Amino acid sequence: MEKLRGRAAALLADGSVALIIGYEEGTKRPRPLFCRNSESTKKLIFDSRCINNLAVYITKKELVGKDRIAVTASISTLRSILQLYVENQLSEEKLLVLTVDLNGELREFVTFDEISAYVAQFELKRGEREQEILSKIEGMNREERWKFWLGEMSHCFKCYACRSACPLCYCSKCVVEVNRPQWINPWPAPLANMEWHINRAMHMVGRCTACGACGDACPVGIPIDLITRKMMKDMAPEFGYIPGQPAKQGNALSSWKLDDREQFIR
Amino acid sequence: MSSNTVFEPKIIAFVCNWCTYAGADLTGTSRLKYATNVKIVRFPCTGRIDFLLLLKSFAQGADGVIVSGCHPNDCHYTSGNFHARRRWIAFRAILDLMGVDIRRIQYSWVSAAEGSKWADLVNNTVSEIRALGPYTEYQQVADYLEKGGYNGEA
Repeated sequence: MEKLRGRAAALLADGSVALIIGYEEGTKRPRPLFCRNSESTKKLIFDSRCINNLAVYITKKELVGKDRIAVTASISTLRSILQLYVENQLSEEKLLVLTVDLNGELREFVTFDEISAYVAQFELKRGEREQEILSKIEGMNREERWKFWLGEMSHCFKCYACRSACPLCYCSKCVVEVNRPQWINPWPAPLANMEWHINRAMHMVGRCTACGACGDACPVGIPIDLITRKMMKDMAPEFGYIPGQPAKQGNALSSWKLDDREQFIR
Repeated sequence: MSSNTVFEPKIIAFVCNWCTYAGADLTGTSRLKYATNVKIVRFPCTGRIDFLLLLKSFAQGADGVIVSGCHPNDCHYTSGNFHARRRWIAFRAILDLMGVDIRRIQYSWVSAAEGSKWADLVNNTVSEIRALGPYTEYQQVADYLEKGGYNGEA
């Protein structure tokens, strides 16, 4: 922790970065902290309770100008950074990534290849709650699944916290804000909720890095991260991707193979 | 509808301009008869068919949907149908997880020379959807104020 604070203060002091995005102690759990001077780096913390995905901030135009920034990253955040890099949203000159590894050592990544090599050591794990709901869904027939999701979605009041929390939802204009024509109704009605969540899942196919930020952000606890996570798991072997290890070969839906599965096409 | 009349499903077909639309045209000029339940929407390419359009047609009262375009390697724009195929694989998987009835969406490749295949496709789809009945499950959710079923309860 002291090493991280010291390094952060040094980086800001010698002007090599203009902003450091990290975590500070919050009221209930750690919250994001934006350090612009060495004084504020004293509040920096980094431990397993830091679950916000900070990669969400590094594509924001309001925060990131022409200067280089640094971000403290957990494994999930590192995965998101890699995916953002695959989608040409980041450049190595503008970003410095700091993390604390399992032995408590401070690590610094300058290139995305270093991040890629580091992340490859960690396997993507499925949480207990996720496993529980998944096995519940797998035991249902189609009608029951429809009822289950309708029930879950009936709590949704369209706050779009899932969208705001997701590092990969970086479009400057989202499809739900397009109103000529109005694709998805903005009010929280059953159909509009269903369409929004199906739409969100479709836009995440082959891109989701399973950080779970959307599910954590949901104020009414809909297991929405499950949909994108399951899709990621199911689609990855089919499309030749390794979950959690984005590779610079294009996304699942922006590339294709001659022999993609087509037994459902008559 | 009285009990002795058969259910006539409403079916929307999203087809590509270069293959299936021309194929359906050939069905007509060949004087082949096929079910009249289908309403054709012409698109420049299967790659242009947005997945939300399929959901929108269910919401507006369609009981089934046909999506059809050029065979692989025949795309007018070289790879539009390959991209579309990937999108359909993912879309089917998501719909299945969410509990939408994926039997009601029929995908097919129909070339401009396959007029009879188009007639068969429509006839088969109509009889399958007729057996499944109207898609009230989805329409109830779409029109919840009039038809009820807010939380999936009729």
